[in-house]
Amino acid sequence: MALRLTKRRTLGVLAGAVSVALVAAGCGGGDDGGNSAASQGADARGPITYVQGKDNSNLLGPMAEKWNAAHPNEKVTVKEQSDQADQQHDDLVQNFQAKSDAYDVVSVDVVWTAEFAAKGWLTPLKDKFALPTDGFLEPTIKAATYNNTLYAAPTSSDGAMLYYRSDLVKTPPKTIDEMWSMCSIAKKNGMDCFAGQFAKYEGLTCNATEWMNAYGAKVVDDAGKPTVDSPEAAKGLQALADNYKNGNIPKQAITFQEEQSRQAFQDGKLLFLRNWPYVYNLASTDASSKVKGKFKVAPLPGVDGPGTSTLGGHMAAISAFSKNKATALDFLKFLTSEEQQKTNMEKGSLAPVIGSIYDDQALVAKYPYLPVLKESIANAVSRPVTPFYPKVTEAIQTNAFAAIQGQKTPQQAVKDMQAAMQAASGGN
Amino acid sequence: MSAVTEPTKTSATGAPRKQRKDKGLNAGQGRAGLLLVAPTMLFLAVIIIYPLINAVVLSFEKDEGLDPATGMFVAGGSAGVSNYTHWLLQRCGDVSCPPGTLGNQFYSAFWVTLFFTVVSVVIEVILGMWFAMIMNRDFKGRALVRAAILVPWAIPTAVTAKLWYFIFAYDGIANKLLGVVGINPQLWTSDPWAAKFAIVIADVWKTTPFMALLILAGLQLIPGDVYEASQIDGASKWQTFTKITLPLVKTPLMVAVLFRTLDVLRIYDLPAILTGGAGGTTSLSMLVIKQIRQGGFNNASALSTIVFLLIAFVAFLFIKFGGADVIQRPPSSKKPKKDADTQTGNPVAANATSTGA
Amino acid sequence: MSAATSTTTTGAGSTTPQEITQRSDRGQKIRMYLGLALIVIWGLAPFYWMVVTAFRDVQFTFDTTPWPTHITLDNFRTAFSTERGNHFGAALVHSIIIGIVTTAVAMVVGVFASYALARLNFPGKYIVLGIILGSSMFPGVALVTPLFKLFRDIGWLTGANYQALIIPNISFALPLTIYTLTAFLAEMPWELEESARIDGATQGQAFRKIMLPLAAPGLFTTAILAFIASWNEYLLAQQFSTKQTQTVTVAIAQFTGAQPHQEPYTAVMAAGTIVTVPLIIMVLIFQRAIVSGLTAGGVKG
Repeated sequence: MALRLTKRRTLGVLAGAVSVALVAAGCGGGDDGGNSAASQGADARGPITYVQGKDNSNLLGPMAEKWNAAHPNEKVTVKEQSDQADQQHDDLVQNFQAKSDAYDVVSVDVVWTAEFAAKGWLTPLKDKFALPTDGFLEPTIKAATYNNTLYAAPTSSDGAMLYYRSDLVKTPPKTIDEMWSMCSIAKKNGMDCFAGQFAKYEGLTCNATEWMNAYGAKVVDDAGKPTVDSPEAAKGLQALADNYKNGNIPKQAITFQEEQSRQAFQDGKLLFLRNWPYVYNLASTDASSKVKGKFKVAPLPGVDGPGTSTLGGHMAAISAFSKNKATALDFLKFLTSEEQQKTNMEKGSLAPVIGSIYDDQALVAKYPYLPVLKESIANAVSRPVTPFYPKVTEAIQTNAFAAIQGQKTPQQAVKDMQAAMQAASGGN
Repeated sequence: MSAVTEPTKTSATGAPRKQRKDKGLNAGQGRAGLLLVAPTMLFLAVIIIYPLINAVVLSFEKDEGLDPATGMFVAGGSAGVSNYTHWLLQRCGDVSCPPGTLGNQFYSAFWVTLFFTVVSVVIEVILGMWFAMIMNRDFKGRALVRAAILVPWAIPTAVTAKLWYFIFAYDGIANKLLGVVGINPQLWTSDPWAAKFAIVIADVWKTTPFMALLILAGLQLIPGDVYEASQIDGASKWQTFTKITLPLVKTPLMVAVLFRTLDVLRIYDLPAILTGGAGGTTSLSMLVIKQIRQGGFNNASALSTIVFLLIAFVAFLFIKFGGADVIQRPPSSKKPKKDADTQTGNPVAANATSTGA
Repeated sequence: MSAATSTTTTGAGSTTPQEITQRSDRGQKIRMYLGLALIVIWGLAPFYWMVVTAFRDVQFTFDTTPWPTHITLDNFRTAFSTERGNHFGAALVHSIIIGIVTTAVAMVVGVFASYALARLNFPGKYIVLGIILGSSMFPGVALVTPLFKLFRDIGWLTGANYQALIIPNISFALPLTIYTLTAFLAEMPWELEESARIDGATQGQAFRKIMLPLAAPGLFTTAILAFIASWNEYLLAQQFSTKQTQTVTVAIAQFTGAQPHQEPYTAVMAAGTIVTVPLIIMVLIFQRAIVSGLTAGGVKG
């Protein structure tokens, strides 16, 4: 009997726990308003939280210290997210959907701005929140603008460059055809000619867009309408497919993300590589690099002259649900200041968004690729600025991946891309 | 309670057990049983059932749509079953979903997920059984082998996927080793067949220990004399395996198979990290996640519900025809008809006596 | 090896039944050790590559020399480097706390339910079983958003709220725990409990003293599975953990290369190597319990 009693008591406790938790669950049911959040705290100051993906070079700590020393009553707390862009996106969306005021200033990838803006999650940077953008590289501002309104402050940029083996190629190719004609050099040296990132992931969108843009295509028009079903876009994909077929682009290139293509170049297996600036440092300093001192960078080749890169990088935006928006705006200005940008470049190789920094002779001496990078970014074309970006990139990746491998004709691929993008904006 | 204490001296054999169980039943058990499962139900209610119902409700609402006038998203309203037809009939608005949309990938995701499930689980059962039988023997360093075999299961899936991605890179170690035996390098992360097998290999590697461990625990419930008896009877190895071992571990084996099946049907990390869906390896769960990332939570809820129903159907088949129902066998049954079930469900004693005779 | 050969040669002439047994015993042993070797290679070969990479200089990340080269401890330092913002050490502690609590609660709750399911008859039993199984059928990712809202509303998404991770982990572990335990409890020779009670033990004593030790293999197996499930959980931890509760899987996902776009393979592999260590220790400890469980029950003839 004693046993049964204790048993009953235990169960009673557990049953109590049941009801507590159920009550707690009940609390979660009601989704309380908070619609006026966007205009809330416009003049308010106080502590803020800044969220960004994990930083590579320990820039965040010193940055926060510097801000906090100058703003003892409006201190910033930094939250680092995962290293993966998808997961950073998930984390932001969860918080925005829950109308959480936990994040005041958020770092967003260039391609998320339109989506977040259209959802009403970002504070428009106009009127009271107007942000001076003089001296910023034009494409970075364009990518941060949705519906003719600036929604975010560019903090770092990224542009692709053509890495070439300067020991084998005297002058870098200016045009695509010139580049293909140099593939005989690669063959003579028993190496592959050209590769970018053609695995099925976000990088393929960047690469495929570059090729379509190079031939004069526009993926979306200025109003955000899909215009990819064009002969120009098909020509861009055709060039990739033809050269994949004839071996100028090695077959393994469809498994390449940034790192695999860097590895191939560093191992001396590639004559030309399309990649981001980070390769420059690693290929020059990695002890395993076989191309130290044997490579240089040039702008991506185009049809008649230099081509255009896809724009990468990050921006900072003020959450619509922030309670201290006045502080947040000051913090935004601090993040985009020339001084901060320069530190980011020096300590973390993050490409600045302010043009004049690229001309700093001390920096150029240390990072010889800066002039090329400036040209790359200044001429860069942003990936489609559309609130449906995740759908658009899926449409581009799937169809470009099939076209490169010859599973469908480039004409069919761009037609399908267009249809898929249109279906996207239709709701599903 | 007095019924339970009724003496049953012959309890060492199977038959009297059933008798006792029948008598062990009384009304007090009903309440005790409910109280004992209550904490479990509570945990499941809060963490799984509440969100599940939430999602099912949302699956009948439209996702936010863009108001072209303002460029802002607005609430979508009721969707009827359009979120379901989106997947099942591949309708994107008024048109059939074009290639490059997620709706278009539903059936290929469905089939490839089934492919992963069948191939992986079959290989895992065979390997797991073999591993378990070897580990069940007495030998020096048993503990170490058992720990070694658990290593793959102990590494977090996200890390495993990265590890295999690294191994299966074109210039990675897998292709290098293949080169040693004269096989051309494969495009493990992009080629349709190579990619599928890369995923199966990684999955089998990781989860065979799970299978082996569960089967092993089942094997250890088998008394050693059962084997001795069958050896004396001159049963062949194969006979011993099919007639004795297999029936005896059937329950834990079916539990393992059932849960592995449920798991693979929801496979996500491995294809997402290894191939990103290239070569037709986009699984159903990848579609769910992509759909959520595309801002379509309600639509994704519809897909989740479809996946749920699909898995429930598979589980039903398992329980109905696969013999997974032994778990649900009531330990005490009032109807004599069910005694037969009890007999097969509890073959330890039965076989021991029959082979020993 | 020479012994095996000699048996074969003597056996060539005339074979007595005993010799046959001996020979097949030896053959069996050889086959068993071959099998063991295969198993160990199977389990450890990819792991070996992980360890080799973990000890390899980051500048030689993509080196494919099959044995360790460019050996360094830097990757382990990187993994634990709080200066680089990698709070892996703290994350290990968090994961261990979460894993132990999850396993303990899941086992207690699971044993209750399994005992009821295996031994008692009560109304709605099949519904209960159905719900438990059904809980493992919904794509986990679809649960995140509603739970996020719920947890945020009750203030669990800040500070050291371990329960925000532990409670979901328990719920995810329960279906498998209960099904495994029920399967084992149903197969147990309950007549032993019976005899104990005849000898004057109460039902509770009989269960604890006789049946629980007997069920040890099943219990420990289940506990290991529950612990590993919690140890590996990432989906929810990524969303629900804070700096004070960050788990190892989340910490690893935050590793970065020294440059943007650079993949931190070597540091991830170092961390992956480290996270297996507690698991291996646990298995080695439990190993004893599994064996002693067998002998204590005296099931073995």
